[in-house]
Amino acid sequence: MSTSYLIKKGLDIKLLGDSEKTIVEYAAKRFAIKPTDFLGVFPKMMVAEGEVVKAGQPLFYDKNRSKIIFTSPVSGTVESIKRGAKRKLLEVIIKANDTQDTVAFDVPKSGELTREVIIEQLLASGLWPMIRQRPYSVIANPAEKPKTIIIPAFDSAPLAPDYDLIVHGHGDEFQAGLDVIKKLTDGIVHLNVHATLTTSKVFLNSKQVQVNTFSGPHPVGNVSVQLSKLNPMNKGDIVWYLYPQDVLSIGRFFMTGKPDFKRVVALAGSEVLKPVYYKTAVGACIDGLIKGNVSKGENRYISGNVLTGEKIEADGFLGFYDSLITVIPEGNYAEFFGWLLPGLKKFSFSKTFLSWMFPNRKYRLDTNLHGGHRSLVMTGKYEQVFPFDIYPMALLKAIMIEDIDAMENLGIYEIDAEDFALCEVIDTSKTEMQSIVRKGLELMRQEMS
Amino acid sequence: MKALRKFLDKQKPHFEKGGKFEKLHSTFDSVETLLFVPDKVTFAGSHIRDAIDMKRTMIVVFISLVPALLFGMWNIGNLHFLSIGHPADLWTSFFYGFLKMLPLLIVSYAVGLGIEIIFAQIKGHEVNEGFFVSGLLIPMIIPPETPLWQVAVAVAFAVIFGKEVFGGTGMNIVNPALTARAFLFFAYPGDMSGDKVWIAEKLDGYSGATPLGDALVGNFDNLPSPYDMFMGFIPGSNGETSVLMILIGAVILLVTGVGNWRIMLSVFAGGIVMALLFNLWGANEYMELPAYYHLLMGGFAFGAVFMATDPVTATQTTRGMYIYGFLIGVIAILIRVFNPAYPEGVMLAILLMNVFAPLIDHYVIESNINKRLKRMKTLVTNS
Repeated sequence: MSTSYLIKKGLDIKLLGDSEKTIVEYAAKRFAIKPTDFLGVFPKMMVAEGEVVKAGQPLFYDKNRSKIIFTSPVSGTVESIKRGAKRKLLEVIIKANDTQDTVAFDVPKSGELTREVIIEQLLASGLWPMIRQRPYSVIANPAEKPKTIIIPAFDSAPLAPDYDLIVHGHGDEFQAGLDVIKKLTDGIVHLNVHATLTTSKVFLNSKQVQVNTFSGPHPVGNVSVQLSKLNPMNKGDIVWYLYPQDVLSIGRFFMTGKPDFKRVVALAGSEVLKPVYYKTAVGACIDGLIKGNVSKGENRYISGNVLTGEKIEADGFLGFYDSLITVIPEGNYAEFFGWLLPGLKKFSFSKTFLSWMFPNRKYRLDTNLHGGHRSLVMTGKYEQVFPFDIYPMALLKAIMIEDIDAMENLGIYEIDAEDFALCEVIDTSKTEMQSIVRKGLELMRQEMS
Repeated sequence: MKALRKFLDKQKPHFEKGGKFEKLHSTFDSVETLLFVPDKVTFAGSHIRDAIDMKRTMIVVFISLVPALLFGMWNIGNLHFLSIGHPADLWTSFFYGFLKMLPLLIVSYAVGLGIEIIFAQIKGHEVNEGFFVSGLLIPMIIPPETPLWQVAVAVAFAVIFGKEVFGGTGMNIVNPALTARAFLFFAYPGDMSGDKVWIAEKLDGYSGATPLGDALVGNFDNLPSPYDMFMGFIPGSNGETSVLMILIGAVILLVTGVGNWRIMLSVFAGGIVMALLFNLWGANEYMELPAYYHLLMGGFAFGAVFMATDPVTATQTTRGMYIYGFLIGVIAILIRVFNPAYPEGVMLAILLMNVFAPLIDHYVIESNINKRLKRMKTLVTNS
């Protein structure tokens, strides 16, 4: 059974620097697992600096839920354990060696796999954190049963990687992954494809899942948008979600018994000289990718896309959940009467700059904030890029005043911080909406647990 | 440009905390950000941002007001020279009106921005651009010969009690420009209404009544032609007379998306529906006035386009906007026709609906909440 859904509200921001559809091998020398990638996790180290680890060997676990462990994506030596203010654990850096030792797991044959065994194996191998839950976008709780599982098979964000390309030729592994995931829920596993952009047979011919077709502008690829159409979240509902590369990892693990942390990463953005895809692993250091491959000048390196990604350094590491590295110019310049100029080359959702006459222009956008922080003044704009039956302003204000009841009533369970990214981009008053929503979700999570 | 930037960078430390002009930080900041869009970059959330900011939004509103402002200046001069029996050419008339409006504009901006800067300094935030538009609106909606001290008092009242006590731009409940207008109207009624105040330095024998003034006293034969009212060759406040110029402004607001078409449309709809109802009723001559006259007379068009659409004081939900706008139209015409004391109802209608806007939003949002609860309930009963 397949159904198609059309999203009308949203915005596709057209940026320069789309990745070419070729995959190049990239052997990074250093890798890192960043505990900050995992919301709500309180990490406790299980290894010390200088220790030799195999791929799949535990590095740290979550103090709140001790069954959830995080393992090394590669074999090597623990180079350093980076801490920030208040000794907050930031990065566990592994220097890769050439041996590629991997912890071997005794995985039962697919016929003998039960839900309990699958969960146990995924937890032990460190692949479990790939499965997250809604609400709150935290790592799924192995003790719970989700109502349904969502796998978005396309990404609608600016410069997003093409999953069709990434899964190409890996149909068996993908299906093996789906077979395993299907056993985790009594409900439906939804594989959501794009009406026109998804052509890969790997997705379209998948079994054990319900393939749904989506079309429309970003954020059509977001989990919450798809969920709102398929299965609106009510209070108390638990839905799990993961992405195609996670499915591949899980599939390979159950086929071989070796934890798999391979990742294909798109390098994109206006400042990349040769944007292509790279085959590497979770947490790879990006220094080798960008060396001699980005334009001179001050650049912003982002693990993820320009809307929701994390700012990293030029020798920073790929985030656990990311399949994209974006490089755009920094915007730390003051522009003379910038607010008064006609603005033929300025990107704006509004039509207050003349650039609206060129709807197909691709932009080289920088990180300038284009203004100062103000109170929320303009209304009726956010709704145009927010495809939910939710009043974004009312919800934001409820979060700002930490009114738990109002947040719940206004639909906070149905959204995630990333869904406010476009509202944040087009906002006249430059309010940091994603941070506000993230805080609100965190507050709800603590209140409810 | 570079030299200017260098100069600003050099002066900046003096205005920072601990500098010798620390107390003028907000003043410096407002000048600096006026000259240069700041070099701030994103640090959390989305890495790229829309080029639009509050200054851009406000300049668009400002530009949309300019046609009405310029026409109004000419009209002030033209009516003056007509009233003394010596019609003058376009530029003489315009220059006369310009000189009449200039002091009003200067006082309005000086008092309003001064207060804004003081509040920004005390509260430690950047100067909001809201008054950039309010400061222009206020002189455009008062009689051309309003004493300057009255303007100053009204502006101060509007900015302090209409806006800053609530927390500044974005937090206010009623429209600041209309607050100033209402303050003047109730505090100094003699200078604000009647047939003496609308034409600058006119001869006593010349009738200076606005169409609304004529209508109020039943002088329907004196009403100007619809063409004159549409073009704006009639006595009135600077900005309100020419519906044509207001519509040009409306087009600018709508094309850029700064103004809300839902509100504008529903104000006009509410006005015409109410006027048509009166036509049907037809109990007196005012009720029988052709419905479209109401849209051309007084401040109706100006209020619909520039006042009702103020995003801060209007409703914020889509459905709420239709209700809000429609009721403004209805109440404006209701006050006009029924109330013997106030010739114009638009100002009061908008202020009244400003106050009710949060209530309308509340019920619209409540219905959204109920829908969510109902979905939950059906789920519980089904399982």
